[in-house]
Amino acid sequence: MKRLLVANRGEIAVRIIRAARDLGISTVAVHSTADATAAHVRLADAAVEIGPPQASKSYLAVAAILDAARSSGADAVHPGYGFLSERASFAAAVVDAGLIFVGPDPAVIDQMGDKVRARQLAEAAGVPTVPGTRGGVDDVAAAVAAATDVGYPLMLKAAAGGGGRGIRVVEHEAGLRSAFPAASKEAAAAFGDGRMYLERFVQRARHIEVQLLGDGDDAVHLRERECSLQRRRQKVLEEATAPGLDPAVAAAMASAAVRLARQVGYRGAGTVEFLLDEATGEFFFIEMNTRIQVEHPTTELVTGVDLVAEQLRIAAGEPLRPRQDDIVARGHAIEFRVNAEDPSRDFLPSPGNVGRVVLPAGPWVRVDTWLEPDSTIPPFYDSLLAKIIVWGEDRETAVRRGRRALAEFAVEGVPTTAGLFTELLGEPWFTAAEFHTGTLEQWLRDRKEEQ
Amino acid sequence: MARHEVVSPIPGVFYRRADPGSDPFVSEGQQVGADDTVCLVEVMKSFHQVSAGTAGTMVEFLVENEDIVEAGQAVAVIEAE
Repeated sequence: MKRLLVANRGEIAVRIIRAARDLGISTVAVHSTADATAAHVRLADAAVEIGPPQASKSYLAVAAILDAARSSGADAVHPGYGFLSERASFAAAVVDAGLIFVGPDPAVIDQMGDKVRARQLAEAAGVPTVPGTRGGVDDVAAAVAAATDVGYPLMLKAAAGGGGRGIRVVEHEAGLRSAFPAASKEAAAAFGDGRMYLERFVQRARHIEVQLLGDGDDAVHLRERECSLQRRRQKVLEEATAPGLDPAVAAAMASAAVRLARQVGYRGAGTVEFLLDEATGEFFFIEMNTRIQVEHPTTELVTGVDLVAEQLRIAAGEPLRPRQDDIVARGHAIEFRVNAEDPSRDFLPSPGNVGRVVLPAGPWVRVDTWLEPDSTIPPFYDSLLAKIIVWGEDRETAVRRGRRALAEFAVEGVPTTAGLFTELLGEPWFTAAEFHTGTLEQWLRDRKEEQ
Repeated sequence: MARHEVVSPIPGVFYRRADPGSDPFVSEGQQVGADDTVCLVEVMKSFHQVSAGTAGTMVEFLVENEDIVEAGQAVAVIEAE
C-alpha cells in the first residue's frame, strides 16, 4: 500500500489521513464542491473533486470515486464510516478495480448488513441473541403468530435496514396489528425489501459493544465500550471501558465477539454490539458493524492501539500484530460528540459560518475534528463538529478532565451541543454510571419541562 | 386571488417526494390545504417538512427535485383561495 484514497469527509477523513501519514503512506482526499477548502483536502497529499454538494452526487458517487482513485494513482481505498463504508457493492467495485479495500470482504459486509443473516451467523457462533424471529416476516398474520414466541414488548425492524431507521416498539398485539403495515411499507420504500424482523424489547438495557481486529485467520478483542447514552438512537457520549460492568460478563461478551469474528473470517476493524439486560446480566447480540466507528478513539486511549493504523496494516496484507495477552485496558476514556445542533430548539441542525474556534488541549485530551476558525459548516452532511476525548487514570479523573476540556471549548457563530455535556457531567446518575439506553432522552424531557 | 410563496426555512437539499419510490407530495395544478406538506428539505441528514402555508392551487415549483436551497428561498408558488 503506497497511496491511499480516503472516500469520506469531515473528522474521520482527517483521522484516516493522519494514520496513513504516520505509516508513511501518501494520501488522496476526495471532496464535493462544498468541501473544496476543508481540512481533509488540505492535509492530504492530493485532492480530487468528485461532484456537487449533495452526498448522492459526490461522497456516494461510486463511479466518481473510482475515477478519482485511478486518476490519482491510489492503490487502496478507505471508506471511513457512513457513506459507502458498509455497502458491499462498493467494496466489490473497489476490489474489481484492482485496488485494496480497507475493510472486510464484500461477502462479510453483505452478511452482516442483513439483520436476519447476521443473527443466524451469531447463533451459529454461539453468540446469544435476543428472542426474535429467525427469518424476515412478510405480513401481519405471520407477525402476530411470531410475536407469541418472541414476547412483548417487542421491536419491529426492517430486515434490510440499518442505523435505527424505522424501528418501532409495540407493547401488545393490537399495537403490532396497527404498526406492521406502515412499517413494512416504509421498509419496502427505503430498502426495496418489506420483510420485518421482530425482537423482544429489553427494558432498561445498556448498549455495550466490543471492538475487534481480525486478519482473516485470527481475531482479537480490544475490550468493550459503553454507548448507552443516545438520543433518537444516535450515540451522544461513549466510554471505554464500560463502568460497573461485571468482569465475568465483560469477558463473556468479548469472547462471544471473537468467536463471531473467527466464524466469518473477519478482516479489519469491526464492532459487535450487544444489549445488556442489567436486571439479569444477560447480553444479546444486536449487530456487527463492519467499519471503523465514530467512538473508536476511546478504545485507542485505554489500549494504546491505533485502530486505523492497524486497519491499514491488515489491509496491506500484514498479519494481526496485537496479541490478545498484550492488550490491556488502562484507566478510563470518555468521548463527547459535539454536534452543530441547537439543544434549546429541539436539536435543530445549525449549519452556517463559524468565527472563532477554541479547541481544548493539554494532558490526556484529544480532539478529532475538521473544524477550523472562519470556516463554514455545510448543511449537506452530518452535524458532527468535533469529538472531544479525554483519558484519566480512573473514571472520576476522566469526568473531571472532561469538565475542564469542555470549559475550554468555544465556537462562535453557531449553536452546538457542547454545553449540554457540562450539565450532564454534573448529574448524580451520570457520575454513578447508573443509566440505560432510555436515560438520556428522559433526562432531556425532564430538563425541558423544568425550563 | 393572491400569490403565495412557499419558503424553505432552512438551507439544504430540496425533495418533492418522501422517497424515490413515492409520488410527489403535490403536483402543479393540484389543490392544497394550508397544512399539507409540499416538500422536504434535508439539512444535516434530518428531513424537515415544509407545508403549503395557505390553501389554494399549486401554480409552480421554483426549484427542481434534489436542488440546493438557501434558508428563506422561495421554492413554490401557490395561488391562494
